[in-house]
Amino acid sequence: MTATDDPRIDPLTDYDIFDRDFILDPFPVMDEIRESQCPIAHSDRWGGSWMPTRYNDIVAIAQEYETFTSQQILVTPPPPQQAEGAYANVAAPPISSDPPEHHWHRRLILPFFAPQAVAKYEQGTRDLCNSLIDAFIDNGRGDAAADYAQQIPVRVIATMLGVPTDLSDTFTGWVRGVLEAGLTDPKVRMESRMNILNYFRAQIDDRKANPRENDLITTLLNAEVDGQKVPEEYVHGVCNLMLVAGVDTTWSAIGASLWHLAQHPEHRAQLRENPDLWPMAIEELLRAYAPVTMARLVGHDTEFEGCPMKAGDRVLMSFPAANRDPRQFDRPDEVILDREHNRHVAFGAGIHRCAGSNLARLELRVALQTWLDRIPEFELEDPSAVTWAGGQVRGPRQCQVRFPVG
Amino acid sequence: MKVRVDDDACHGHQMCAIAAPEVFGSDDYGNAVVLIDGDLPPELEAKARRAEGNCPERAIIIED
Ligand code: HEM
Ligand code: SF4
Repeated sequence: MTATDDPRIDPLTDYDIFDRDFILDPFPVMDEIRESQCPIAHSDRWGGSWMPTRYNDIVAIAQEYETFTSQQILVTPPPPQQAEGAYANVAAPPISSDPPEHHWHRRLILPFFAPQAVAKYEQGTRDLCNSLIDAFIDNGRGDAAADYAQQIPVRVIATMLGVPTDLSDTFTGWVRGVLEAGLTDPKVRMESRMNILNYFRAQIDDRKANPRENDLITTLLNAEVDGQKVPEEYVHGVCNLMLVAGVDTTWSAIGASLWHLAQHPEHRAQLRENPDLWPMAIEELLRAYAPVTMARLVGHDTEFEGCPMKAGDRVLMSFPAANRDPRQFDRPDEVILDREHNRHVAFGAGIHRCAGSNLARLELRVALQTWLDRIPEFELEDPSAVTWAGGQVRGPRQCQVRFPVG
Repeated sequence: MKVRVDDDACHGHQMCAIAAPEVFGSDDYGNAVVLIDGDLPPELEAKARRAEGNCPERAIIIED
């Protein structure tokens, strides 16, 4: 039964972003809200939130940063303990920053993520993808999410941060603790946050004692703004964010794309026959399976599109809903790999546009190309056995596929 | 046809460079730069229009 079929739940007034059916397939509920009299729904669940569903509204909110602040950006409120005790001042800049600080919080990290700067991770990512496939290719089956997609971004980020890639499983556990289980369990969220911050506190101390060449953490520790060294809390927060923002998100996009390709032999053939299509095809997969929903906190009482929003209200930035709005995209529910016009907002819009987007695209392209080179034909072993995570970041978590051997 | 980027509106999505790499590139911060001074060669006009249609910030300005 879907939320919409359930007579007790009205999506317009009582949607539940953690409902199992919503996580499995949120689009019918989003469509119902978007086409209703009130395309900005409200629900009291999980601390309460507004959910706009139209492309223009979501882009406008993302661009109006004075009214819609980034003081809280997760889809559920933080645990009360977060504001007290150790690391209370460590946030997640620039994602948790508002102007004017946001400007330098973002500007210091952008050079690490420009297209020309991330190109150096391509070969290492390809080698990693090949070695992951080596481990299961002779079995004729493998888990495209758990054995492949999940393993890639965490190692790329660890390399970028200069921390050991063999801690990948530990890092992944912490990130899931913040972005998955922790969203509905404050204790898990707090523990995961502390694990991440303790780990990077030690890394920062190590870089202060032993500065490294060409190292992101060392570079940030030495960075100056207006003639002053940046505060250590800033560097600590950036490390926190890079781990949390770069792992679940990209792995979800890779996994969802493989889930799609497993079911669409015609799209696999199209990519094989037209390799020039890859860059635009990646954008289309990101549009259709946008993994990330962010939040904003309303800064002052306001009326937005007829909705009375109060200071402190949470607004969900459902980029997945925006990307399926028929007012913006023809045939929004179809994946059209060579779509001509695609102003998708999987990476957000406005001043917080995903700083890691060029890295994410590179990982997505290399992961999918390598898979299709080695495993050109594959299918879902059992479509109903695929499991999904959702809420903040939506993507497959178990996705067994089978394929011919040899 | 000429193209310009509104630097205040551009937030570095890089969709322009993906759609039309001959016309758009990136500065050190990942924001768009136009690679061609003056009029575009006619064979790049369609690509430039596609780039415009892929910019989420509507930061690309086409002057016919
Ligand atoms: C497919 C993968 C990814 C998706 C869909 C994604 C999505 C997003 C979105 C929607 C935002 C905007 C947040 C907001 O408006 O509040 C964002 C911000 C951000 N992302 Fe990503 N992201 C991905 C991968 C990455 C990677 C690999 C990194 C690298 C560490 C990264 C780092 C960041 C950072 C630093 C910001 C904050 C930018 C700012 O606030 O100025 N992301 N991401
Ligand atoms: S697509 Fe638009 S916002 Fe993005 S880099 Fe190009 S001009 Fe800037």
